[in-house]
Amino acid sequence: MSTQREINMADALNEAMREEMRRDTAVILMGEDVGVLGGVYGVSKGLLDEFGSERVRDTPISEDGFVGAGIGAAITGLNPIVEIMYPDFLPCAMNQITNHMAKLRYMTGGQLTVSLTIRSAIIQGRGSGADHAQTLIPWFVQTPGLKVVVPSTPYDAKGLLKTAIRDKAPVMFFETAKLYLNKGLVPEDEYLIPFGKADIKREGTDLTIVAICNLVLEALEAAKELEKEGIKAEVVDPRTLVPLDKETIINSVKKTNRLVVVDNNPSACGVAAEIAAIVAEEAFDYLDGPIMRVATLQIPEPVAPTLIKLMLPNKEKIVAAAKKLL
Amino acid sequence: MVELEEAISNEKLVELYREMVRVRLFDDKMGEFYARGLCPGTLHLSTGQEAVAVGVCANLTKEDLVTSTHRAHAHTIAKGTPMNVTAAEILGKVTGCCRGRGGTMHLSWPSEGMLYSSSIVGAGAPLAVGAGLSATLRKTNQVIASFFGDGAANTGGFHESLNLASIWKLPVIFVCENNLYAISVSAKRSTSVKDIAVRAKAYNMPGFVIDGNDVIEVYITARIAVERARKDEGPTLIEAKTYRHHGHYYGDPGTSYRTKEEVEEWKKRDPIIRHRKYLLERTIISEEQLNNIDKEVEAEVAEAEKFAIDSKFPGPEELERFVF
Repeated sequence: MSTQREINMADALNEAMREEMRRDTAVILMGEDVGVLGGVYGVSKGLLDEFGSERVRDTPISEDGFVGAGIGAAITGLNPIVEIMYPDFLPCAMNQITNHMAKLRYMTGGQLTVSLTIRSAIIQGRGSGADHAQTLIPWFVQTPGLKVVVPSTPYDAKGLLKTAIRDKAPVMFFETAKLYLNKGLVPEDEYLIPFGKADIKREGTDLTIVAICNLVLEALEAAKELEKEGIKAEVVDPRTLVPLDKETIINSVKKTNRLVVVDNNPSACGVAAEIAAIVAEEAFDYLDGPIMRVATLQIPEPVAPTLIKLMLPNKEKIVAAAKKLL
Repeated sequence: MVELEEAISNEKLVELYREMVRVRLFDDKMGEFYARGLCPGTLHLSTGQEAVAVGVCANLTKEDLVTSTHRAHAHTIAKGTPMNVTAAEILGKVTGCCRGRGGTMHLSWPSEGMLYSSSIVGAGAPLAVGAGLSATLRKTNQVIASFFGDGAANTGGFHESLNLASIWKLPVIFVCENNLYAISVSAKRSTSVKDIAVRAKAYNMPGFVIDGNDVIEVYITARIAVERARKDEGPTLIEAKTYRHHGHYYGDPGTSYRTKEEVEEWKKRDPIIRHRKYLLERTIISEEQLNNIDKEVEAEVAEAEKFAIDSKFPGPEELERFVF
């Protein structure tokens, strides 16, 4: 067992990139402010100094151009990490992501390999307005050919980012800015976390709560709240949405017979909707009640804190949904 | 330019002819396939524009890369992709270069440097920039030629790509095949400048406006750009004025937005007839020898036709392969 230390998620992600860039010179990093500034949240700090401006590139504000360039580099032997500051800016590059990044391998009959990872930091709930607030995760889950990663802890973030960089398939890696300073135990020694393996963050027997990103933490808080009333909630973090570990979710529901799915996206055709549909199809007989979704409201995110609170999922809403089932 | 022209070997001049005939006859066959109802989807032919693809690709090595467009056959053939796998792909056969998943607009054969053709107008240029970055970092000395049309020159991706290639000094040649119309819209109505190549100035790179129906002029200009790229001197924008004899797609007469006179006028400037005349006038080759080349190419096309027709469509086992 290797030594563990407590580090925050930003540092864990930085270590992941640093280790992979040391391991393989084909790994490069491109994006807005990733070089001299070290990223707007410092996630790539020090990488320019260690690896130089050839491999750590500050880009102009040309998302379509530099995401396309990342794809072009990936299909010709490099292994780029491209940072799109916030997911709200992903639409500027959506043509390249959905028409090239996701599909080139399939469309060329396996001749091209798009070994590209796009990282982006969700700033939902920060009060910066509706175009600095979205995750847009369901867009990517619905695009065949992309893998989608949604870590909630420093340990998961590091192990999953290393796997993402090494994966030959294109990966959308969603970080959550409000988690960057959260600390957690991370081994000194190298480790990788395979895709498609959910993590049970808390065991329970009375109901299952599936949540992603920072909402895993809200779900854990809700579970503590429920425990006061004698309700034992199991909290499942899928960690990757593509591929999705259906088995762990279904096995949990078979044990608890109740399901609440928490989603940082609008409920229509969202992550929660998909997980609910899978459980309804594959574990219907084990359910003792309806599947509850706790998602964002189907509205653009406002700036006023009073309204943001009403719009986003939180501990209280998860507790309320759970209580309806018990 | 005259000196450069004189320096071209007779063998090369004849090769340029043969390559243009290969592209022309291949496209003619694809048109025939379409008329026979054999092609899934739509079909865009390069008839009349052959000199651009051929003149540029004749300067490239096998390792150099090309990105292309929805009008992809000319670049694919000129870059060395075998006709048989290209024809099979256009018919959606499992023996096609992309195993029947790409089709006419999405051809790829990286082993000969045909990287990818994107049917999204303007979207190939960023891929070329990335390939150029990759070539620079991996020190491969490859050159990347990115073909696109006049329509693409008004997309954001085009402008972002020229800027990126310029600031990073990448070995990319941007080749605009200006056939004067984006489907039906004349460049006169869609584009702020008469010559798209003047946009090179805004991105601090050389820009050339050339006669895209003169294969020798294309060849010489591309050679200048390739040499620049090879010496790490950065990107070049070439605008080759040309014209498609067909409409936008096969079956579109293209005369509801172009006058018949204009089409006829451009047909007189057919790059193959023109180059044939050039070769004969300078007695570089005899008419009989040229006719023999035509026959050889016809045989090659016939072989590709047989291969494509005889090939099978992919079976269900192919459906979910290569998603990741």
